[in-house]
Amino acid sequence: MTYILQQLINAIQLGSIYALIALGYSMVYGVLRFINFAHGDIFMVGAFLSYFAAVLIRRLAGATAIPTALIFVGSMLLAMLGTALIALSIERIAYRPLRRYRLSVVITALGMGVFLEHMTLVIVGPWRISFHPLITETVYKVAGVSISTTQLVIIFVSILLMLILEFIVRQTKQGMAMRAISYDREAVPLMGVNVDHIVTLTFAIASCLAAAGGLLYAHAYPIIEPYMGIMVGWKAFISAVVGGIGVIRGAMLGGYILGFVEIAAGAIFPSRMRDLISFVVLMIVLLAKPTGIFGLPLRQKV
Amino acid sequence: MRKKLILLMIVLALSGILHSCAPAGPAEILVGVNAELTGAIPMVGAACKNAAEMAAEEINAAGGLEIGGKKYKIKLVIADNENKPESAAAAATKLITQDKVLIHIGANASKNAIPASSVCNELQCPMISPWSTNPNTTLYKPWVFRACFIDSFQAGVNAQFGMEEFNATKGAVLFDIGSDACYYQGFFFKKTWEKLGGQIVAFETFTTGDKDFTAQLTKIKESGAEVLYVPQYYDEVPLIVKQANRLGVTEKTHIIGHDGWESPDLCKLCGADCNGLYFTTHWAVDIAGAKTQAFIKKYKEKYGVDPDSVAGLTYDAMYLFVQAAKNCGKLTGNLAQDRKCIRDGLAAIKDFEGVTGTMTPTEQGDMIKSVHIVKIDCDAGVFRWYKTVQPKTFE
Repeated sequence: MTYILQQLINAIQLGSIYALIALGYSMVYGVLRFINFAHGDIFMVGAFLSYFAAVLIRRLAGATAIPTALIFVGSMLLAMLGTALIALSIERIAYRPLRRYRLSVVITALGMGVFLEHMTLVIVGPWRISFHPLITETVYKVAGVSISTTQLVIIFVSILLMLILEFIVRQTKQGMAMRAISYDREAVPLMGVNVDHIVTLTFAIASCLAAAGGLLYAHAYPIIEPYMGIMVGWKAFISAVVGGIGVIRGAMLGGYILGFVEIAAGAIFPSRMRDLISFVVLMIVLLAKPTGIFGLPLRQKV
Repeated sequence: MRKKLILLMIVLALSGILHSCAPAGPAEILVGVNAELTGAIPMVGAACKNAAEMAAEEINAAGGLEIGGKKYKIKLVIADNENKPESAAAAATKLITQDKVLIHIGANASKNAIPASSVCNELQCPMISPWSTNPNTTLYKPWVFRACFIDSFQAGVNAQFGMEEFNATKGAVLFDIGSDACYYQGFFFKKTWEKLGGQIVAFETFTTGDKDFTAQLTKIKESGAEVLYVPQYYDEVPLIVKQANRLGVTEKTHIIGHDGWESPDLCKLCGADCNGLYFTTHWAVDIAGAKTQAFIKKYKEKYGVDPDSVAGLTYDAMYLFVQAAKNCGKLTGNLAQDRKCIRDGLAAIKDFEGVTGTMTPTEQGDMIKSVHIVKIDCDAGVFRWYKTVQPKTFE
């Protein structure tokens, strides 16, 4: 029983991070109908920026001791700001001019991803960086199950961010505009909504979530390197598709599903079959429901 | 437009001709270095490059390498294999065919060294891998040598040490199924452990690049293993050990490692979590002899960090080449002939005294050397010598 509970905690932690990044894919698809393949690398940039932000804050503080919680929040906000700026410049320079040419935008996204990886490699160097955790690590033993403060913070912060996102999307005018664009692109500008502004806002929110995901991931797996976004990006993309691409609830669900499936496959079956089994399970889900679990049915206008 | 193109082509052709007519500089020997400068283990590549450069500088400062009465300057051609097997093969091909090196030093990680060794053997260029311990690097490849021991010895030592040191019967392994070397070590450890009468209760794998090992570690904890063997590199070990500590695996299980753990970056990335763990490696700094101490001091002065075994072995590989050149006796200027001469010179080496020990190549090109077991002390940032195991067979 403790074994199952322990694996459950592992799965929720993993799933939370996948969910945060999957949200980025889904939101951008909902608004622009294209998959931003550079999103995994935006997540990586977020992780690096949060590292540098933490270093900067510590240096500015100098001798005065700042509570680590403050450094944590501070570096998250700074990383979000930096990542949003980078993502918005990419959107402006690389995606907006090509908006009409669907295939070209996808290729450009792949290219931007590679560009970000190598840019980071050039700036930071090939050395792995050890991320000094901003959370004092204590391991609690509850009924034989080990839970650390890091895991609790990851789960708590992810859920908090997702709730904030839900609020923005459901209760604000801009959120309503985002939902409207994903339903009917042509009608929205006729209602007096500036589509470009909403797209900018969507990219900003998506990259903020990715940056937060980067910070949390760096706490869970404290070694960051320029290629860390590739695998995580692909897995998050797949979880977004499984949950229903373009649907925010779907991305959240998809992230947790992938986390659970991965941990369960590793726990039950021999671990060398883990990735194989996780993706076969996901393929079966897609075969049963091709647009994803919460996916919008494909409509054709006659 | 066409006139401009023709003019441009004439200029390019002329410059090409003029370049090759340039007066020849002092006689040079080209030594290729195939190192992991970028990718997952850049410290390994940096150590290899630094040691090779240091050795080349020493030799050139003494006037150059003297062969058959003539002095040659050593020029290094360094290629980055990005820690990827396909890039390692491509780098080897480039060094041999384009740069026309006399000898190929590298690669280091076995997953890169094995494809590079196939290329070197095919294209008939002598190769010395400083650090690769997987037997397949040199097996049935007469052109390939190495400066270290092989895993059929090392993994066996780990199994025996784990069993004896901790009075254990239940063993577990966690390794990367995507890497040749780690795969082989995992299996050989299992084989030896079972041969010595133990039981492997968990044999877990992950794929290259995975960061989350919590599922596998929880399974290992559940299995009740007393010893966990982690034959991985210094960039993955900190994550594995930290997650193991967090899950409470290390309360009952002792983690042991192999030479891939040895790097100055291990303590930087792992910190206090790695204290007290053991791993096998090529040398132990605290029992080193005078020659080794001198090398360590010089390396530290020049590069600011302590050399790891990659650096020591690369330095030895360079001097093995020097000895081979002396054994060869004369360079004819015909590259194919000279490469063969160097290769034969390497095979003829007896009792070469390097900074990592005394070595003689076997028929396959492997070195019979002792394995040293060290204990990690990350508070002091050192690996302390614990035990030495003399060469023996586990097959």
